[in-house]
Amino acid sequence: MPLPAFDTPLIFETGKDGRANRYLPAGPALESLLPKDALRDELPLPDNSELDVVRHFTRLSQKTFGIDTAFYPLGSCTMKYNPRINDAMANLPALRDAHPFAPDAAVQGALAVMWELERSLASLFGMAAFSLNPAAGAHAELAALLIAKAYFRRKGEPERNVVIVPDTAHGTNPASAAMVGFTVLSLKSDAQGRVDPDELRKVVGPRTAVCMMTNPNTLGLFEPRIHEVTDVVHEAGGLMYYDGANANALMGNTRPGDMGFDLMHLNLHKTFTIPHGGGGAGAGPVGVASHLIPFLPTPVVRAVDAAGNDAAGSGWRGSEELTFALDFDRPESIGPMRSFWSNFAHMVRALAYVYANGAEGLTTVSQLAVLNANYIRASIRDVIDIPYDEINRHEFVASAQSLKRETGVRALDIGKALLDRGYHAPTVYFPLIVPECLMIEPTETESKETLDGFIAALRDIVATAKTDPERILETPLNTAVRRIDETRAARQPDLRWRPA
Amino acid sequence: MYTPHTADDVDAMLRTIGVDTLDDLVRVPDAIALREPLHVAPALTEIEIAERFRGLAARTPASEYASFLGAGAYRHYIPPVVGSIAMRGEFLTSYTPYQAEVSQGYLQAIYEWQTYIALLTGLDVANASVYDGATALAEGVIMAVNATGCKGVLISRAIHPNYRAVLRTYAEGLELTVDELPYGADGRTDLATLETALAEQRYAAVVVQSPNFFGAIDALPAGVAAAIKATKTVVIGVVAEAMSLAALAAPASWGVDICVGEAQSFGNAIAYGGPHVGFMAATTEHLRRIPGRLVGKSVDADGKPAYVLTLQAREQHIRREKATSNICTNQAHCALCATIYLAAMGKTGLRDCAALNVARTAELRDRVAKVDGFAIKFAAPVFNEIVVQVPGRGADVLSGLEQRQILGGVALGRWYPELDDCILMTATELTTSAEIDRVASALSEIPARAAARV
Repeated sequence: MPLPAFDTPLIFETGKDGRANRYLPAGPALESLLPKDALRDELPLPDNSELDVVRHFTRLSQKTFGIDTAFYPLGSCTMKYNPRINDAMANLPALRDAHPFAPDAAVQGALAVMWELERSLASLFGMAAFSLNPAAGAHAELAALLIAKAYFRRKGEPERNVVIVPDTAHGTNPASAAMVGFTVLSLKSDAQGRVDPDELRKVVGPRTAVCMMTNPNTLGLFEPRIHEVTDVVHEAGGLMYYDGANANALMGNTRPGDMGFDLMHLNLHKTFTIPHGGGGAGAGPVGVASHLIPFLPTPVVRAVDAAGNDAAGSGWRGSEELTFALDFDRPESIGPMRSFWSNFAHMVRALAYVYANGAEGLTTVSQLAVLNANYIRASIRDVIDIPYDEINRHEFVASAQSLKRETGVRALDIGKALLDRGYHAPTVYFPLIVPECLMIEPTETESKETLDGFIAALRDIVATAKTDPERILETPLNTAVRRIDETRAARQPDLRWRPA
Repeated sequence: MYTPHTADDVDAMLRTIGVDTLDDLVRVPDAIALREPLHVAPALTEIEIAERFRGLAARTPASEYASFLGAGAYRHYIPPVVGSIAMRGEFLTSYTPYQAEVSQGYLQAIYEWQTYIALLTGLDVANASVYDGATALAEGVIMAVNATGCKGVLISRAIHPNYRAVLRTYAEGLELTVDELPYGADGRTDLATLETALAEQRYAAVVVQSPNFFGAIDALPAGVAAAIKATKTVVIGVVAEAMSLAALAAPASWGVDICVGEAQSFGNAIAYGGPHVGFMAATTEHLRRIPGRLVGKSVDADGKPAYVLTLQAREQHIRREKATSNICTNQAHCALCATIYLAAMGKTGLRDCAALNVARTAELRDRVAKVDGFAIKFAAPVFNEIVVQVPGRGADVLSGLEQRQILGGVALGRWYPELDDCILMTATELTTSAEIDRVASALSEIPARAAARV
């Protein structure tokens, strides 16, 4: 289904001075209230009628592809359905309008949301505690590495500053390591696309701080020897970090805590159905094993029962009888990661999703995510290379390498041809170790019929590439614009409109 | 579960895969199989979920109180058009526009956001957003460190305490030294020691906030920014209340190289602290050090104007450990809300709104100053916040107001021990004269009670 191709002028190119919407009473003259040199001379913004604003952004939305538009198999991003009840709950006025500096007594319900979610996540992933503070996955990675740094400093081992990262890792892993002054050591995957504990053993040592891994890894492959990996790192005195970007593969079936991970994060916007919103806001709780709790970012939510006892147990319990407080008094904490306590509206959404599923439902979610991914793989393996052709988890990678050799059609071109057929492209050229990589993650919310349609489209693209590659190379044709000159965008940066 | 699979679907799919059962498909080694039942919130129907959250909302009465809270999160009018358009599914459920051909709408909206921020700050370029005001400050400092090679930062003590705390968190990782400039008797940053400090030549940046945490307009006086830049030090301006940009001199006009801040005030709910939306703007000189996404305008294969993510060589997915930042997910949807808000309000609406904030705050100031025992602490002109000196401890006065269902402000003693008898009060266009009367009369009853307790 093609997206509309009409041009939409910039909002700055429309409107007329004085065409104001009457939302407010007219303001007094600022010159009567503040010294003139404190004021700005002009405010060069357009005045548009509300109808024109509505049309402008409605048209922009029509030129935007979302999960609501069609199938969005963007690997590593978990583009699953975003239930509307979540948004409705986040928009309850009391939760939407609560101020972060309101006294605890006036926001007990908001604190209960945070506590109930935190307790549920801790049980689900086998961690002693989570902090809901970080704003996104990469932000949580940074928090976790700061926790590791503080931990080793307290242990009197400040020389531990090497972070081991498999070559399949997300780019944020090494980038986060650099932000805490750690050195990155990239570990080559073995022929099966996995971390080889024996290779790992050769590189760990007294400077090893953290080994960052996903499981399943970004190839969608489970690491069955994960216990050996975590043992190697622990014996060397290091910590194991679980990148939760792929948590939708195992939620409820196996737990990072039981695999031996000391630290982890979750992308609530992936696994827990928070809308991705065009690239954010996300939410990235950071979880820790018990020995790292003192270092969690501030604040944390504390709960006490009617008898005044600390209510933190092994997981969730009803919050009706509990009293909550924000705890800032944590002397070993790494400190706050952001302005306020959490991306709270997203905590509401995530908790609503937990309620919609329960433990059993969340377990089924990850099982069906794995089913959908394997079904696509098994249905296209005869027409495109599958470099690691085995049972995968929630996602898998295909490669256009031999197709490219044969026809000149690359992974990028397959992605563009899919856009023309009404599907979003998979993630392309990641992970970096697979040439001409297409990373496909369908998620569990897609029906067999949708997957069958996608499979047919992909098979048709490959068949067309073999008979008439030009028809693939010229795609997309049905989109608002055709392929874009990215070199020009970078060489002659035009990053804003300017008044004539 | 939001999963559409029928039992027949599952069987057919398993057959295609060549596996007998779902359990076979997801099997893990025994050593890491689940050992204990999971304790998570129980499964509920949608009706029950709504009921449960209504209960939680009922335990969150804060927003029903008269509120003079601000301090980095501001209560402003949000026209319904903002939510109505922003919640369109195409916007809500898209991701980072990697496939530009099917993301032209969102890309254009971000380009418009970048333009709005550039116009409001007076700077050349702005990025597609950062997490919030505090992390925007930390990212701005990282840019200055990369630009200068210096690892010291000189930061005003009148900057939001949470922002300073976050900078210290980041500074532990980056091994930066953070030194503070004091505030003066009028509530503005005291620049007396600046020259001596800069002579040490170890500072990457001087950071001030305007309006500062005390509400005071704290733009650098003429000539100061030039003097700072003469020592090859970057001038960073922080704006925690974006609404002020509609009224006050643009940060670029008082010499800021990098402007960072918080744009929650533009059409985003307070939402108990997030998500909010950090912004970042800079001069062209710093363009390639800007973190995060940037949208640029180019042309497509037919020569038609087209928008695309650009200058990605700065970013983590390309540069990995050499990237300018680790940021990946940003606050795109909050930035979209801000863009729709700015478009709907327009120049006229924004100007009126900013002027009303100043006027209501002046009204609050005048009323509170007349209450026996209360005084306005600082003389500097303010935007929409004032520091009020109270009889006794600020925290006690606020507790007294809370009992009257008034959220009177923020006690400053927790960050500034010397201001333990002060509270920070905020008024916006939503603050009514009736609320100002109510808080003033409540305050007039409190001193006696506080004194009685002593």
